[in-house]
Amino acid sequence: MLGKLDWSAIPFDQPIPLAAGGVVLVAILAVLIWVVVKGHLPYLWDEWITSVDHKRIGVMYILLASVMLLRGGSDAIMMRIQQAVAFQSQGYLPPEHYNQIFSAHGTIMIFFVAMPFVIGLMNLIVPLQLGVRDVAFPTLNSVGFWLTATGALLVNVSLVVGEFARTGWLAFPPLSGLSYSPGVGVDYYAWSLQISGVGTLVAGINLVTTVLKLRTRGMNYLRMPMFCWTTLASNLLIVAAFPILTATLAMLLLDRYLGFHFFTNEAGGNVMMFMNLIWAWGHPEVYILVLPAFGIFSEVVSTFSGKALFGYRSMVLATMAICVVSFMVWLHHFFTMGAGPNVNAIFGIASMIIAIPTGVKIYNWLFTMYGGRIRFATPMLWSVGFMVTFIIGGLTGVLVAVPPADFMLHNSMFLVAHFHNVIIGGVLFGAFAGFEYWFPKAFGFRLDERWGKAAFWFTFTGFWVTFMPLYIAGMLGMTRRLQHYDVAAWRPWMIVAVIGMAVLSIGVICQIMQLVVSIRNREALRDRTGDPWDGRSLEWATSSPPPVFNFAFHPDVRGEDAYWDMKVRAQQQSLEHEDPEYHDIEMPRNSPTGFVCAFFATIMGFALIWHIWWMVILGGLGAFATFVVFAWRDHDEYVIPAEEVARIDRVNLEERRSLVSMAGAI
Amino acid sequence: MNLLDPQGPVAAANSTILVDSVFIMLVIVVPTIFAILAFAFWFRASNTRARYQPDFVYSGRVEMVVWSIPALTVILLGGVAWIGSHQLDPAAPVPGTGSPVRIQAVSLDWKWLFIYPDQRIATVNTLTVPAGAELNFQLTSSSVMNTFFIPQLGSMIYTMNGMVTRLNLRADNVGKLQGLSAHFSGDGFPDMMFDVNVISPLAFPDWVATTAKSDAVLNEESYKKLMQQGIERGRLSFRLADPRLFDLIATQHIPPGPGPELLSDAGRPHSGGHDAR
Ligand code: HEM
Ligand SMILES: [Cu+2]
Ligand SMILES: [Cu+2]
Repeated sequence: MLGKLDWSAIPFDQPIPLAAGGVVLVAILAVLIWVVVKGHLPYLWDEWITSVDHKRIGVMYILLASVMLLRGGSDAIMMRIQQAVAFQSQGYLPPEHYNQIFSAHGTIMIFFVAMPFVIGLMNLIVPLQLGVRDVAFPTLNSVGFWLTATGALLVNVSLVVGEFARTGWLAFPPLSGLSYSPGVGVDYYAWSLQISGVGTLVAGINLVTTVLKLRTRGMNYLRMPMFCWTTLASNLLIVAAFPILTATLAMLLLDRYLGFHFFTNEAGGNVMMFMNLIWAWGHPEVYILVLPAFGIFSEVVSTFSGKALFGYRSMVLATMAICVVSFMVWLHHFFTMGAGPNVNAIFGIASMIIAIPTGVKIYNWLFTMYGGRIRFATPMLWSVGFMVTFIIGGLTGVLVAVPPADFMLHNSMFLVAHFHNVIIGGVLFGAFAGFEYWFPKAFGFRLDERWGKAAFWFTFTGFWVTFMPLYIAGMLGMTRRLQHYDVAAWRPWMIVAVIGMAVLSIGVICQIMQLVVSIRNREALRDRTGDPWDGRSLEWATSSPPPVFNFAFHPDVRGEDAYWDMKVRAQQQSLEHEDPEYHDIEMPRNSPTGFVCAFFATIMGFALIWHIWWMVILGGLGAFATFVVFAWRDHDEYVIPAEEVARIDRVNLEERRSLVSMAGAI
Repeated sequence: MNLLDPQGPVAAANSTILVDSVFIMLVIVVPTIFAILAFAFWFRASNTRARYQPDFVYSGRVEMVVWSIPALTVILLGGVAWIGSHQLDPAAPVPGTGSPVRIQAVSLDWKWLFIYPDQRIATVNTLTVPAGAELNFQLTSSSVMNTFFIPQLGSMIYTMNGMVTRLNLRADNVGKLQGLSAHFSGDGFPDMMFDVNVISPLAFPDWVATTAKSDAVLNEESYKKLMQQGIERGRLSFRLADPRLFDLIATQHIPPGPGPELLSDAGRPHSGGHDAR
């Protein structure tokens, strides 16, 4: 009846995960009860859960990422403490537990923190920057988000029901095969990623289509803000790479469920094929994450330097070059397989070639600052911090792309330091910069600068103190994923790292404090004009938060930095005061499709993991039925009457006019 | 296990390339970092002496320089990578004094088996080699993937079931080194550290002779026992019954290791974990 599921699945003998899971469960229940009792449920349902507004969906993505960041961060703290204490002893985490933690940490941070954070920001901002009212496929967008949430949910369920994979975040066979990992851990891993992978693919298709097809009048390709370009590049990579991941995991699942032999030791299975396939997705994946971050930095550096982006066309070229070349370097993840000198050398050099456009980007940001008038608001701090940090990560990246050097550094703590250097210093700093920068746009009030700056300095310092020691440990021969060790030379560096981790955690706490303090003082921090940073692109041309329809009129774009242009022209012509003529606007209706679909996907995923076949069929039918109902819908859109549009728009227009006339007076 | 303290020619060459590459890159990275900090500081809004040039957004000359600096660096490093990959191919010969020693390494769950087919002996978790001689490794795995790595001797290489990888090394100085597995392989992975005894070429035959007198015999049967999941704290040594044992393993005539024994059908098999402690 319940497949493999029985009471032994609940880890009564392991207090840590049980307690952690218990606390989370109680917290979720408390929030749910509060929501229901206070009568917020209808609001949540109408305005958020069923919303197909790209801004709302973007915010929900970012919320998901933030919550999962705390989960992944707790894993990180536990690992750092373990490695600090487990010298000539077993530490406090037994191997089966430690191995789950590092596997969950990697999976969560990549798929459920970094991905939703950047996808959330792209969702939130790209349509605004393009000057359009919505994304290409609003309902699909909601489906994509909710399927990602399903994946995250399943990963967390594994904490209390069953176990998570103990194979690392890429679950290499044969270790992840049925013979060596007979438990449900790998199944949790694979099904979570299969389901959220569909969500990511959908989001990718949606954003590619949006950028290619929905741009406002005059917004041709070479006038798009840099963030739109990097969004395009990143989502093209999603569309090209995620099917590889899906296919690879499908093969692994066929091995595990139906006795196939794609990657087993027996019957002609080939583990090297898995290595190639997973990295053919895996390397593009790292650029899927970092390209949007590059876009964010471009926006931030140019805004806060008070200059247009230096070498815009060069930047576009560099972005697209990275997009293409990142597909041709996957083999650098296994130089040590013994493929032979020609193959290794060619892939090594190809990997280095990516460093060229990346270097160009750094220099272009540098020259954007040159001759600027730089305001060091929090987003700009993150950006400068990023440039300094990321260069070092790039250096060590190129270093491990030299095969003979990688023969010493592969899978070492040095490698761990490399990719945290680029992912934290690049993607996470970028996400934070974007968060600080666009928060006023999303919510209508700015974030507290003092807490924001404190968060930056603690995170920045903490990052260096945590990860520089790992470079050194790697140079001392320390390999990754060690639950304990006996080598005395490694110990001091592990202790320094744990101290760094503490500093880093203070940074995270400051970030939370910043949010709390800012919400408290939101009236004082209110952004009335919609343009708190003296911005340059179209997202600043509408109110904060923007109305559902984003723009009362499709903006007319005449050059790069569209909104900057408008401001300059408005000052020269002292903004005409006659009232424009408003029209009715059609917007897509809310739809529960995404939520309902994900609900059934969750049931199906859980049932697949535990081999509960009747429930699999139930979930599958449910998801399919949802899809059919959606496909047969009649009413897709509703109309916002012109008077309503006018009423909403006038408020903002007034504020903006007073701002422009003030600026004109100065 | 310091990578910068190599004890053989391969490690020495690897670490030279490593250090040289870092310096080549530092030559452009350090000035760039300084430029970032300097520009950010000088062009701060409160600095009235800095000239505001909002129209400086394109310059062909700057673009030229900006594309060529990383490109030139990469051309230089690409050369290093090309030559290095060929000279330091793991399978390339590493000439030494005396006749080469053939060693067949098998990664087991969670121990290392070293077979000396010509000497007809085998050891577990200790690798004893003569200083100065070329060491020809053939490597495979009894079950999951691992990576064979002796940091101070250089180049690591994967071990995979049903396949043989090749690696040539040389240890130049008598002494004790440590090796490890550099690819996560399950609960006992951290205990896959092994000792490397580099002894003088004169002492090597004696060591072989003593080891060959061992009571324990390595044949298919005792190998299968060794193959069970678990940690080996002792430093075992064996007389080798059949010098073709490695081929039987690598060609899967002896089937791959069994993995954890399933105690029940439940979702959380604990067996592996308990062994590891
Ligand atoms: C400058 C360009 C870069 C180069 C040349 C480079 C090169 C490499 C190489 C050769 C490896 C494999 C090393 C090994 O396994 O021994 C590697 C690993 C990795 N890199 Fe980079 N990298 C670069 C930038 C980045 C960026 C921007 C990111 C992410 C945003 C990134 C994320 C990663 C990750 C996650 C891994 C390790 C994955 C794993 O084994 O679990 N790298 N990099
Ligand atoms: Cu890569
Ligand atoms: Cu192979």
